[in-house]
Amino acid sequence: MSRVMLEVKELTTKYITRFREDIYAVDHVSLKVEEGKSLGIAGESGCGKSTLALSLMGYYFAPLHYTNGEIIIDGRNISGMDPDDVRKSILGEEISYIPQCAMNALNPTQKIINFIEDVYQAHDPYKTKEEIYELARECFNVLGLPADVLQKYPVELSGGMKQRTVIAISVILFPKVLIADEPSSALDVTSQKMVIKMLQNLMEKGLIKSMIFITHELPLLYNVTDDIMVMYAGQIVEKGTAKEVVFDPLHPYAKGLMGSIIVPEKGLRGIKLAAIPGVPPNLKKPPVGCQFAERCKYVQPECKTRSVDLREVEGGRAYRCIFSEEKLRDVYLREAYQNAR
Amino acid sequence: MPDEKKICMSGSGLTKVFGFGREKCLAVDHVDFNFYEGEIISIVGESGSGKTTLAKMLLGLISTTEGEVYFQGEKRDISTQKKKTEYWKNIQAIFQDPYSSYNIFNKIDAVLLDCIHMKGGRKLPHAKKVELMAEACGFVNMKFEELTNKYPFELSGGQMQRLMIARIFLLKPKILLADEPTSMIDACSRATILDMLMQLRNEIGMTIIFITHDIGLAYYISDSVYIMEHGKLIESGSADEVILQPKEEYTRRLISDVPKIHEEWDLSTV
Repeated sequence: MSRVMLEVKELTTKYITRFREDIYAVDHVSLKVEEGKSLGIAGESGCGKSTLALSLMGYYFAPLHYTNGEIIIDGRNISGMDPDDVRKSILGEEISYIPQCAMNALNPTQKIINFIEDVYQAHDPYKTKEEIYELARECFNVLGLPADVLQKYPVELSGGMKQRTVIAISVILFPKVLIADEPSSALDVTSQKMVIKMLQNLMEKGLIKSMIFITHELPLLYNVTDDIMVMYAGQIVEKGTAKEVVFDPLHPYAKGLMGSIIVPEKGLRGIKLAAIPGVPPNLKKPPVGCQFAERCKYVQPECKTRSVDLREVEGGRAYRCIFSEEKLRDVYLREAYQNAR
Repeated sequence: MPDEKKICMSGSGLTKVFGFGREKCLAVDHVDFNFYEGEIISIVGESGSGKTTLAKMLLGLISTTEGEVYFQGEKRDISTQKKKTEYWKNIQAIFQDPYSSYNIFNKIDAVLLDCIHMKGGRKLPHAKKVELMAEACGFVNMKFEELTNKYPFELSGGQMQRLMIARIFLLKPKILLADEPTSMIDACSRATILDMLMQLRNEIGMTIIFITHDIGLAYYISDSVYIMEHGKLIESGSADEVILQPKEEYTRRLISDVPKIHEEWDLSTV
């Protein structure tokens, strides 16, 4: 077993609204990412994917608050640290974050190089501008970006280029863990591919040790990451390798998500996409029992009364459902058979 | 039968040039097409290939530099505001960003009432109007009772986009132009919206022009596909033809750019 780069134990964070209501957007999440591995997080909008990403950085600002749990990056526990220390010594160096809307992440009145200078100087105030320029140029070279981007303003760059620049800036201090929060959702397919290639390049060259990739595009997740974790209402509902989760999902929610996959492959046209009806529950008043019970096709009376724990099965998989593995597979198979008829 | 199909909209030599002199930019370059009635047509291309410009020209939001649009066999005439309004009764659009598609000061009932009024239902009794609105909301799986007295920004992106479809359901135009309607919403609501568009086509017989960059979506939803590169339509045909046996290099590249699950995704070709 290789080194564990990021370990999260029972992390719970909440939002506090202006009416003093608690919203538990990340609810007892545990995960582990090993060196050289990538973890994908899937789920609908409003499932707590992005909140999890923000929480993992250990840098909390209102309305997001830390409740309990541990975040251990390469053996170093950052969960109890002072926010200012986290910003200075953890962010950028140990863990780094690519925001969802990179189009708006850059300051329009600053050249890219000025932005990079700010990043460097926050961590090492004694670096000169020349040194920083050399380092930045080298980093851009390795990542396959033209060096003249450095002297440009964000408005001069195309969307895909902006996104790649933001990625380059976020890995410029070579963090151990990179969190990519929907890095390609605003791009067209060709730019998306370039961004993905760049991320894989980073992993292969060892500039980053491990990656967490968040998206709702399952075909993309399947191609990019080793493991997939499905989130629903702030909880993990299924965990497994990419292949297992995409081709053999256990939890009914994961199964429903797989029904919305669209790929340009033969035989797709005849299929009717199966969308999950309804919306995720309001986390201000989370339902007692299984969070998914309201929308579940196979709901039982007891689902609504008792809470369901994450069930570990062999091979490192886990899912959160009252039914056994065999029972679920049997139900899905029977359903597929009926649909075929 | 291909010869029985009626042409709903066609264009010949459609061109749009932005700017002039040295800064001239040819956005759409002599495009010819025939859109048949009751079909779902996809226009696929990268960003910057002129898809949206073409859409705006079809809608009559920007003028054409050259070429003509024919609507139901006749030359389109939108020279005056009155004629434009008349034209817009036949063609409606859904845009990419649902968050900026609504007037934020209008409540949802007002949005839907406007549609009924546009269709000439101004004098209908109130109960009838409510019934119509409830029917439209029912079509998109939403409850009208829950929506009254709400503002559009209280809804999620997927719900807003569905409300857009409810508008279209009330207006029943001949042509619906959907400009990347699903690019800003997540994969799960996307499936719902695509299904609703197909239902619109099946129930009302609407022609849908679907603009997207994702060739997977185009393959799933459309009957015929047009591929656009640098302002030119380079390949067209039925969805199966274009996507399973692509002729052009560009089409092949677009297909290879989409991540797949049963085949290897080749990253080396960027």
